[in-house]
Amino acid sequence: MKTLTSIGPANKIARSEETHPLTWRLRDDAQPVWLDEYQQKNGYAAARKALQDMAQADIVQTVKDSGLKGRGGAGFPTGVKWGLMPADESMNIRYLLCNADEMEPNTWKDRMLMEQLPHLLIEGMLISARALKAYRGYIFLRGEYVDAAANLNRAIAEAKAAGLLGKNILGSGFDFELFVHTGAGRYICGEETALINSLEGRRANPRSKPPFPAAVGVWGKPTCVNNVETLCNVPSIVSGGVDWYKGLARPGSEDMGTKLMGFSGKVKNPGLWELPFGVSARELFEDYAGGMRDGYKLKCWQPGGAGTGFLLPEHLDASMYAAGIAKVGTRMGTGLALAVDDSVNMVSLLRNMEEFFARESCGFCTPCRDGLPWSVKILRALERGQGTQEDIATLLGLVNFLGPGKTFCAHAPGAVEPLGSAIKYFRSEFEAGVASCSVSATTGQFAPA
Amino acid sequence: MSTLIQTDRFVLSETERSAIEHEMHHYEDPRAASIEALKIVQKERGWVPDGACDAIGAIIGIPASDVEGVATFYSQIFRQPVGRHIIRVCDSMTCFIGGHESVVSSIQQQLGIGLGQTSADGRFTLLPVCCLGNCDKAPAVMIDDDTFGDVQPDGVAQMLEAYV
Repeated sequence: MKTLTSIGPANKIARSEETHPLTWRLRDDAQPVWLDEYQQKNGYAAARKALQDMAQADIVQTVKDSGLKGRGGAGFPTGVKWGLMPADESMNIRYLLCNADEMEPNTWKDRMLMEQLPHLLIEGMLISARALKAYRGYIFLRGEYVDAAANLNRAIAEAKAAGLLGKNILGSGFDFELFVHTGAGRYICGEETALINSLEGRRANPRSKPPFPAAVGVWGKPTCVNNVETLCNVPSIVSGGVDWYKGLARPGSEDMGTKLMGFSGKVKNPGLWELPFGVSARELFEDYAGGMRDGYKLKCWQPGGAGTGFLLPEHLDASMYAAGIAKVGTRMGTGLALAVDDSVNMVSLLRNMEEFFARESCGFCTPCRDGLPWSVKILRALERGQGTQEDIATLLGLVNFLGPGKTFCAHAPGAVEPLGSAIKYFRSEFEAGVASCSVSATTGQFAPA
Repeated sequence: MSTLIQTDRFVLSETERSAIEHEMHHYEDPRAASIEALKIVQKERGWVPDGACDAIGAIIGIPASDVEGVATFYSQIFRQPVGRHIIRVCDSMTCFIGGHESVVSSIQQQLGIGLGQTSADGRFTLLPVCCLGNCDKAPAVMIDDDTFGDVQPDGVAQMLEAYV
């Protein structure tokens, strides 16, 4: 029996169907939950209800009313996205794509769901496809997730054999087929229009929006792209109802339901847990992750992936939901936080991050293609103590010129958000990288420090 | 370019051809199978020789230049020979904090290669990779289809041993 690498604290905390809709079915031994066990744990009951007792529009309305937002990092309301699909019945070839291209640094939530609960994703996609009138779905999975691919393919075969995928599912007259499409690398494939290009067998350059995928998506057909965790929320919303779902989050949270949240870095108990929106980052950090390991002090933290800004220890009282994190100046992103300890130099850390973003730029638009390697060059110089007087101003210029609205997609804005916040909070570490004697690049004058 | 490096005609094996044709049926447009086709060839041969782009283009019905464009875009398609085993070292900031650079140094010293290179005995190719999603067990390394967590520099030799 293979031990899945996704085994972790999510398997070990107390869970119940009432409070942990995503993870209550997980096994303590972290083995995959196959069809028989999944059905014993009320699996596909929501699909039965959606396909047999609910009108297509009712499913869309239920998801809209639930307040479900995308769990891939951007947090766009799922019901609104679904509502963008054309009303024109003659456009009858529609696609549902699952974005399972999980490559955001410090993100491992979709992997856990797909490896251990493949049927939850299939059920979520089946119900969503019914709501969106999609006849076919693809799970766009990154190539490195080999266990997730194997488990999803086995689960799809089980579902097909049980009449839960294919023709006339559960006697409803609805047909839906589902394929796993594995990628071949490149972080940019997670951008939804780049994902569509990649699925079509093209280079994964993002597409211009509008038109949005709901109007012109894969092969020019109406297409909806949703994240794994988003789709995994759908069955419980259908079976548990909007009121129950809305009651899951902590009071004060404007986001509904639960979220897979995590903390990693040099904390005592790094891991992933299903928690209600609105818990404080401090609760996540102290009660779940156990605080810092002995000998390490928390220097700063990132709330949800490489593309989110750095926050200070004093910001740990912020609530983990979109507006709660926005109040302290950044985005919640994927909700999987990273602790940076006091042994880490911010220049080196940012050099590592910008090397990643520069390497993964698709190269289509100039600010991103040229600006990110420029930032790497500067950060490497600062790390060696060979920076110039202008370097920090140049970096801040890049933070501006690569920011939101100035590039073709969100890749570069995501890359400069942590850079801007790192300079804001730890400017002295960047200044320390300026050579004690440097020649001013703009004036050509010798400038002793 | 005046020198033609590859003179042997590339022929897809029957297994490769039928696997590619099978994949084409999963999509509205056969072009979508191009990446999978490259992966099929790579699985058989370890890498994708130039001639494979022509052969894949001919089956799918798209220009070889389009296949080449895709082959060079995706980082997990190899356009030159690689070692028998691929070591992918996660270089996410989480693994950076976990000390992945000393793990990379240890691998480099033991194999005598840098990132992107293949060891002289053709055993290993060393590559960086986007976050492997193993962040609670950083630093993470993937060798072929196996993922390792909490990798320490002094544990590298033992980790590599199983891959001959």
